[in-house]
Amino acid sequence: MNNEVIYRLSGVVKVYQDRRVLDIESLDIYRGEILVLVGPSGAGKSTLLRLLNFVELPTAGCISFLDYEWREGRAVPLPLRRRVTTVFQQPVLLDRSVEANVHYGLRLRGQLDGKKHVQDVLSRVGLGELATRRARTLSGGELQRVSLARAMVLQPDVLLLDEPTANLDPYNVGLIEEIVQAINREHGTTIVLVTHNIFQARRLAHRVGLLLDGHLIETDERERFFEQPRDARTAAFVRGEMVY
Amino acid sequence: MVRGLSKAIQLIVQGDSALFEIVTLSLYVSGMALLFSTLIGIPLGTLLGLNRFLGRKLVVALLYTGMGLPPVVVGLVVYLLLSRNGPLGQLNWPLIPELFTPGAMIVAQTVISFPLVAGLTMAAVMGVDPRLRQQLIALGATPWQAAWTILVEARTGVFVSVIAGFGSIISEVGAVMLVGGNIEGRTRVLTTAILLETRKGSFDMAIALALILLGLSFLSNFAMLCLQGGGSRE
Repeated sequence: MNNEVIYRLSGVVKVYQDRRVLDIESLDIYRGEILVLVGPSGAGKSTLLRLLNFVELPTAGCISFLDYEWREGRAVPLPLRRRVTTVFQQPVLLDRSVEANVHYGLRLRGQLDGKKHVQDVLSRVGLGELATRRARTLSGGELQRVSLARAMVLQPDVLLLDEPTANLDPYNVGLIEEIVQAINREHGTTIVLVTHNIFQARRLAHRVGLLLDGHLIETDERERFFEQPRDARTAAFVRGEMVY
Repeated sequence: MVRGLSKAIQLIVQGDSALFEIVTLSLYVSGMALLFSTLIGIPLGTLLGLNRFLGRKLVVALLYTGMGLPPVVVGLVVYLLLSRNGPLGQLNWPLIPELFTPGAMIVAQTVISFPLVAGLTMAAVMGVDPRLRQQLIALGATPWQAAWTILVEARTGVFVSVIAGFGSIISEVGAVMLVGGNIEGRTRVLTTAILLETRKGSFDMAIALALILLGLSFLSNFAMLCLQGGGSRE
């Protein structure tokens, strides 16, 4: 992790049908860090990830990504957008082979070769022998690993993970966490991970942020966040109390 | 009837030239109409399936209405448009076909089948997991790339829409009779020929034509069933 800011959010607001779901006064995300966002359901975590992946536009405010300032009304250039990708909680795969699914993002970018790279990544996530299997015949854990491989093969600057292990057994949770840490360690990929699981946050995070009702309550280095939270709501959340 | 049936089979096996001409023209007219329906219907269905815009409900309602239009009513409208005093007939443009030509029949059958192709394509596209589009955009797809990928995912339903479109026009008689006129060697197709031969009392030919029409209809329905069955197994 270094001090280069890869994302800077200023006054970012997202409104859906008169309901303000996200209101972030300020957030910096640093290149190479693992930032884990925690908070109850409906806090705005997934909305924030969608904004960071430029799948949606903010209603107001500014998001700066790699020195490009994205404001209301501006379209993010495609080459920039393609430097970020997301692994969602429920993997959504195409009705094709595992290999074709993992290769898909490369084909979008005109990289029709890359079979070896795809095979290497599949082996890395423990699915090397399932390359020709129909993706939709796989188990939940295998599907999520395909989803992760599909993102890894693109070698993004930023990998966003929206509760990637929420529905998985402990074995697959451990496997995916190990892969995420390896991606960060070996490639310097910036990781923003959303989770309910504070134990997972403890295991993975360099920094942790708490979202409540769309507001970023506190962001801090992992140890300080859990051991010496500044905000009473953070302390309550860490203790496992309801914070609504 | 049994004698008629055996003579009909003889006509088919021997490749009777009049029969062959009628079948060929039927396949040509319906094939071309299906081609145009597909070129219009699949993009329109995809657009309606993937997007929400002002007026979409009206367009969809018109599409559903089009799916149930009686072919003879379509024939009447096309007849009035293409007749010498009609708004299109008066223009004398080379691309606008004249009445009592295969071109006019193609226009009428295109109008009949494209709402079906568009409507079923729309349904197929809407049946694809709605989260897929977000995932494709997150992987770096442009809106066009995402739309194409979703269409490919919906391919079974899209194929069914094309086959259903074919089924709706190969067996219709009202529109082609009105705008084609059932002229021998020029606009006589399976359905209009069956009408004529039956009225003439030439049951051998009528039954032969009917068997072929039934065969085509059966094949298209069987293909649809196979695709749907294959799709559900997936």
